[in-house]
Amino acid sequence: MTENYAWAPQIYDVLKELDIRHVAYVPDAGHARLLKMCEADNAMRTIPLTTEEEGVSLAAGAWLGGERTVMLIQSSGVGNCINMLSLPNTCRFPLLMIVTMRAQWREFNPWQKPMGEGTRPTLEAMGVKVTVADDPDEVGATVRAAGEMAFGWPDMAAVLLHQKLMPVKTFGK
Amino acid sequence: MDKKRADNYELHRREVAKVLLKDRSEDFLVITGLGSPNWDATNAGDHPLTFPLWGAMGGAASMGLGLALAQPKKRVMVMTGDGEMLMAMGTFATISAQMPENLAVVVFDNERYGETGMQSTHTAGAVDLVAVAKACGWPQARLVKTEAELTAALPLIKETPGPVFVNIKVKAEPLPFVLPTKDGVHLKNRFRERLLGPDSLL
Repeated sequence: MTENYAWAPQIYDVLKELDIRHVAYVPDAGHARLLKMCEADNAMRTIPLTTEEEGVSLAAGAWLGGERTVMLIQSSGVGNCINMLSLPNTCRFPLLMIVTMRAQWREFNPWQKPMGEGTRPTLEAMGVKVTVADDPDEVGATVRAAGEMAFGWPDMAAVLLHQKLMPVKTFGK
Repeated sequence: MDKKRADNYELHRREVAKVLLKDRSEDFLVITGLGSPNWDATNAGDHPLTFPLWGAMGGAASMGLGLALAQPKKRVMVMTGDGEMLMAMGTFATISAQMPENLAVVVFDNERYGETGMQSTHTAGAVDLVAVAKACGWPQARLVKTEAELTAALPLIKETPGPVFVNIKVKAEPLPFVLPTKDGVHLKNRFRERLLGPDSLL
């Protein structure tokens, strides 16, 4: 566990290096600190989604217009993206997703299990390159490698932020 | 549900598409939703600044949002069907949270799933997409059922600060396929090259 999400500024710095302009998200506690930094940045637009799949097509539209997007979502939201991933897959649109994981490490809520365990195979089945960050010191470097590939090749990349990086959520128990 | 109503609508989708895409400028960017709107747009004349979706159902409006935010000086029109937009009802809210003035979403509403056997969609019942847009706070939302109303809606679609939503009731009719290329990489690259220049492909 990392107190205060100390790795969040590493991600923010990499998103700046990558010239990310659009931050499309369905919030998660694990993304809260990073989202605050993005909201405070006038060069970034934070875009709340009603469902994660909107972020996949939004990122494709922004790329058509010459700008880069990152998606900040939770593992459960990966399931909402499945068919929409056919758009970046077929057209080779760049896609960068940063996914906070559930059901990996001291998970309180068993309802997180199915999609938590399904996150990686689902993404890989749809052709997304998956890397995992579980060392707080390596988070920024992992996002940088994924982002350089996503926008450079271009291709689809997801970084899974291991649940060890987040405080344990116990719903007051 | 009134499953026959759309058989008698006045407007023909192929003619509506021609009107919307006539005399388009380089500042007019178009995303079309999968199925019939693609064939309608292609029939009216293919163009590098039209991106036809061959899949990704429910993604047209959010793709238009991304494009509109990245290109605030251009006009973006999403042209899609009622079934495709029904799958993206939440996107009315997502667009509202950004309020892009340069985005117009136009639905060709024949109250049918046209590619799968003309089954009725929810708009054949009480569902009113214009009311959805209004409830989501869109500053412009209008229903079009006649040629006169279509003519009157053109400035709204082309230049009025939005986001603009226009629901055009069109006749439910079988039409021949007029297909654009289905090579997605080509569609993406030709759009970016025309809009952003050849260096954008490097």
